[in-house]
Amino acid sequence: MDLSSINPTLLLASLIVASTPILLAALGELVVERAGVLNLGVEGMMITGAICGFAIAVNTGSPFVGFIAAAMGGATLAFLFAILTQFTLANQVASGLALTLFGLGLSALLGQGYQGIKPPATASLDIPILSDLPVLGPILFSHDLMVYLALALVAAVWFVLNRTRAGLILRAVGENHGAAHALGYKVIRIRILAILFGGACAGLGGAYLSLVRVPQWTEGMTAGSGWIALALVVFASWKAGRVLLGAWLFGGISVLQLNLQAAGVAIPVEYLSMSPYLITILVLVIMSADKSRAPGSLGRTFHASD
Amino acid sequence: MSLTRILTSAVVALGMAGAAVAEDKTKVGFIYVGPIGDGGWTYEHDQGRLAVEEHFGDKVETVYQESVPEGADAERAITQMALQGADLIFTTSFGYMDSTINVASKFPDVKFEHATGFKTADNVSVYSARFYEGRAIQGHIAGKMTKSNVIGYIASFPIPEVIRGINAAYIHAKAVNPDVEFKVIWVYTWFDPPKEADAATALIDQGADVILQHTDSTAPQAAAEKAGVISFGQASDMSEYAPLPRVSSIIDNWAPYYVARTQAVIDGSWESTETWDGIAPGMVEIGEISDAVPEDIKAEALAMKDAIASGEYHPFTGPLNKQDGTPWLAEGEVADDGTLLGMDFYVEGLTAEIPQ
Repeated sequence: MDLSSINPTLLLASLIVASTPILLAALGELVVERAGVLNLGVEGMMITGAICGFAIAVNTGSPFVGFIAAAMGGATLAFLFAILTQFTLANQVASGLALTLFGLGLSALLGQGYQGIKPPATASLDIPILSDLPVLGPILFSHDLMVYLALALVAAVWFVLNRTRAGLILRAVGENHGAAHALGYKVIRIRILAILFGGACAGLGGAYLSLVRVPQWTEGMTAGSGWIALALVVFASWKAGRVLLGAWLFGGISVLQLNLQAAGVAIPVEYLSMSPYLITILVLVIMSADKSRAPGSLGRTFHASD
Repeated sequence: MSLTRILTSAVVALGMAGAAVAEDKTKVGFIYVGPIGDGGWTYEHDQGRLAVEEHFGDKVETVYQESVPEGADAERAITQMALQGADLIFTTSFGYMDSTINVASKFPDVKFEHATGFKTADNVSVYSARFYEGRAIQGHIAGKMTKSNVIGYIASFPIPEVIRGINAAYIHAKAVNPDVEFKVIWVYTWFDPPKEADAATALIDQGADVILQHTDSTAPQAAAEKAGVISFGQASDMSEYAPLPRVSSIIDNWAPYYVARTQAVIDGSWESTETWDGIAPGMVEIGEISDAVPEDIKAEALAMKDAIASGEYHPFTGPLNKQDGTPWLAEGEVADDGTLLGMDFYVEGLTAEIPQ
């Protein structure tokens, strides 16, 4: 065992990179669920975003354009879900699962010919002076733009949901769509916007995998991240701050357990391997001991005639 | 498995059942653990499937299913394939072993071939390749190439196959570089690119300047490239990462075996067998050793390959001790296949424990 071979600075820096995809996807799903819609298609939207972002970034040479395309790709797939569940009143659980399967297949199709290609490098935003700081520099100030965007998004989502009129309306729609409708709010329209936002976020998360974290395109490369994001939203009891904490915890312990293994720590590897899931769930369950609960209308179909 | 294929077989089954029997096409099925686009393990099995199609043309029809999880779901997928009328089914991952045996007992007329397992039945053969021969050569190159003397190894599951690979690589790295140290990370997956990339990054962060892998994706190559360290192609050539970081590779070539076994089913000469072939018959190939490797090291590696192919040299030749220091092989003694197939111990010098 040689713990000194683990460099805490590098560990924290890779924690932030490792947690960004699930953070983005979970944040999007948080808004969707707060609006009262359960979209289980996160995995499908993520992988679609991953290939859309990858393909466009490769063809244009610009990761930035790639990320925009990823958000649009994720949102387009989400729009399909919106049509199914908001207009044709299809079952949300079934539609979401179908969306995942569809996204996995579609991405495999779109990805033909993109295997083994290297994407253009996403420049890390080396902020002068700050990124040269001894320990904080590498941890906080030497990432790419998407990391900061994801963090800004956490703050923005929290602010909009809790401190603005728009957020209040969105939450009202999620809590009791009948009452919100009676007050004259456009339930369907608000939900569609939330679903599109969720899709865009999941798409960005997927593209972060294919353009920064891995970076390459491989079929099925999200390998369950979408499901982890979904679980994170529940265990974070639909709060933006806790989603961030959960994502960092999960990403952090995932990276830490790999480092501990490499350092030869005498904890059985099986325990290390399951530790990210266990510890993240445990911490978030303890934290959710307060009275927070799922939005009242979550997963229920709305029609104005109800 | 594409939708059209399911529909086609449904049509065949319903409408033209008689005609289909009269046509007498041999149907060969494949169960894959990952997507065929993984660039590694499953990709090579699918190349073998395509070789079968090319070799037999209209006489054979192939079907496959990708990304079948190891466990209960595998049994369902294999059963379904047998019900669809497959005459021969290849199940291409260690974790399908029990499922294959279970399904085989229900379909005595269907032939099954399980890759890398050890359980056989009257209608179940097992086949595997001696990847350790290739890993010995990669270990030699790795030991010569490392400057930090730390070699990182991304391992999938603690099964004999993987442990054998680690030992083979370590023995030959140590032989040329006594200071070499192996850091092993178990990721408990065959295919999870983000996790494999993180594992590679963790190893590199801890000083490894050579990455070996026993997982199926090319993600570790990408991570190695970013950090400027070298790596080796696994299961497939992964030549898109040459000359750096990929400096050589182990290639699994299943095509001749798949063609031969399909032929045996067509002839009616199929029998349950246990196949374990290596470099000599070409089941294991060594991908081009790139120019990043100095000429003399390349020559040594190729000489070792020839010696293994001719049977002159066995990668597990004594003197070798087990990790705890107990003697295993005496001077000049060669490990027997039984021990190798059930290998559950590290050789002396490797640190850390094998997960139990």
